[in-house]
Amino acid sequence: MASNNAHEKVEKNIGLMIILVILLVSIGGLVQIVPLFFMQSTTKPVDGLKPYPALELAGRDIYVREGCYLCHSQMIRPFRAETERYGHYSVAGEFVYDRPFQWGSKRTGPDLHRVGGRYSDAWHKTHLINPRDVVPESVMPGYPWLASDDLDASTIVAKMRTLKDTFGHPYTEDEIKNAPEALKGKKEIDAVIAYLQGLGTAIKPRK
Amino acid sequence: MFENTIFFSSFWDWFIIALTLGGIVGVIWLIIWVNKRPAKGEKVQPMGHTWDGDLQELNNPLPMWWLNMFYITIMFGLVYLVLYPGLGSYKGLLGWTQVGQYEQEIDAANTAYGPMYDKYKALPLAALVKDKDAVQIGQRLFMTYCTVCHGSDAGGNTGFPNLRDHDWLYGGEPEMIETSIKAGRQGMMPAWEAAIGKEGVKNVTQYVLSLSGRAEANPAAAEKGKTVFATTCAACHGPDGKGMAALGAPNLTDKIWLYGGSVESIEKTVAEGRQGKMPAHGDFLGDAKVHLLAAYVYSLSAKTEDTAKK
Repeated sequence: MASNNAHEKVEKNIGLMIILVILLVSIGGLVQIVPLFFMQSTTKPVDGLKPYPALELAGRDIYVREGCYLCHSQMIRPFRAETERYGHYSVAGEFVYDRPFQWGSKRTGPDLHRVGGRYSDAWHKTHLINPRDVVPESVMPGYPWLASDDLDASTIVAKMRTLKDTFGHPYTEDEIKNAPEALKGKKEIDAVIAYLQGLGTAIKPRK
Repeated sequence: MFENTIFFSSFWDWFIIALTLGGIVGVIWLIIWVNKRPAKGEKVQPMGHTWDGDLQELNNPLPMWWLNMFYITIMFGLVYLVLYPGLGSYKGLLGWTQVGQYEQEIDAANTAYGPMYDKYKALPLAALVKDKDAVQIGQRLFMTYCTVCHGSDAGGNTGFPNLRDHDWLYGGEPEMIETSIKAGRQGMMPAWEAAIGKEGVKNVTQYVLSLSGRAEANPAAAEKGKTVFATTCAACHGPDGKGMAALGAPNLTDKIWLYGGSVESIEKTVAEGRQGKMPAHGDFLGDAKVHLLAAYVYSLSAKTEDTAKK
């Protein structure tokens, strides 16, 4: 067969093949991902949603640092079996101030999206230090260092400023200015608990 | 076409439609292009690849069964895009939505379980607790919502009350239990160290130990503590230390200690206070479930009372 066969041209020209393959596979992303950035329901915050206050923001970073998302999802799916246990299903507009979101993909532990207010601060403290002190059956590891390590307040202003200036989170100047004060003298565990207690509280229970 | 676009502009609707349908057209074109069937009598030709002397690649046409499966998947895709939402803001002929499916599931559950819940909700707790099914439902609910703090046996934990005993911070009547579940409780033992001093904390702790007849209580210190107790503690815990359910002030004369009965723990309680918190569950669980939970929790100690009588 002569080389005027287009199939053969592509097969023998690896550079061309790479370009064509990239073009082809990017169609899926262009259709399914790109329009999401221009969608009302994914970009508009739900009523009453505020950007994370300084202490919760710091706690959120510790949540990410400790890899909580590896075992805990933050995504209540719209099934009765989930909403009966966890509360109202999650909606996209609740995550507009999450960068990145902590939806997770695996539940070794329970979903945490609406854990806010469900348990007392004292429970969270005991539980984070050693989960088996309150739940004997638990397989969650303890995080005792959170209770002894001081909260690092040195980066909070830069963090909030980046979120405000680059991503448009509506922080006021006062909130940014007072952030180090809000973190002063706190342990890491205080920040994590503040973050957990605020989770999913923008949407009220449906009953 | 898209007045109610779900995007900022209907450009994105057309963007999705063009790429999706264009993709499908492209696939059809590709299939037609590669599917050149030889004319009658024409022999299949080698493709110009030969290995091991006589092993050749021939331009045999694609098998029909495989092609037909391909056409079926294309048809499936098109039918899907007509029936279900997929093309931008187009809602699909079936009007299916994720939330709609969820609401259907909830409605079906309400139809199935609603009458049962209503029946139990109307029963007073005293009657409900004698209903085996109701108590069992209550237990299941307890396993889902309560065990994380109160334990799977309802035996409680340090700081989280045991629900099997007869000691009730806010009163053991089933209605009080129901109120605790529904509206929550906020403990409010103040910190006393600033007011009564380190010495006062130690003395009053010794007196509290003596109230439940603990042998290690130091009589001299307890005597001093008694005066402190009368002025600072009696207002809530009662002059005899038997507590006050209206305030959630625990009985100090029994041997039940929410935060542990060690001298250190009691001293910590007096010095720094305790703010135990039961979160409110009324909004989250709804009245019927709270009612059933109250019946289950009440049944735990009511049963023990029966056994004790025998």
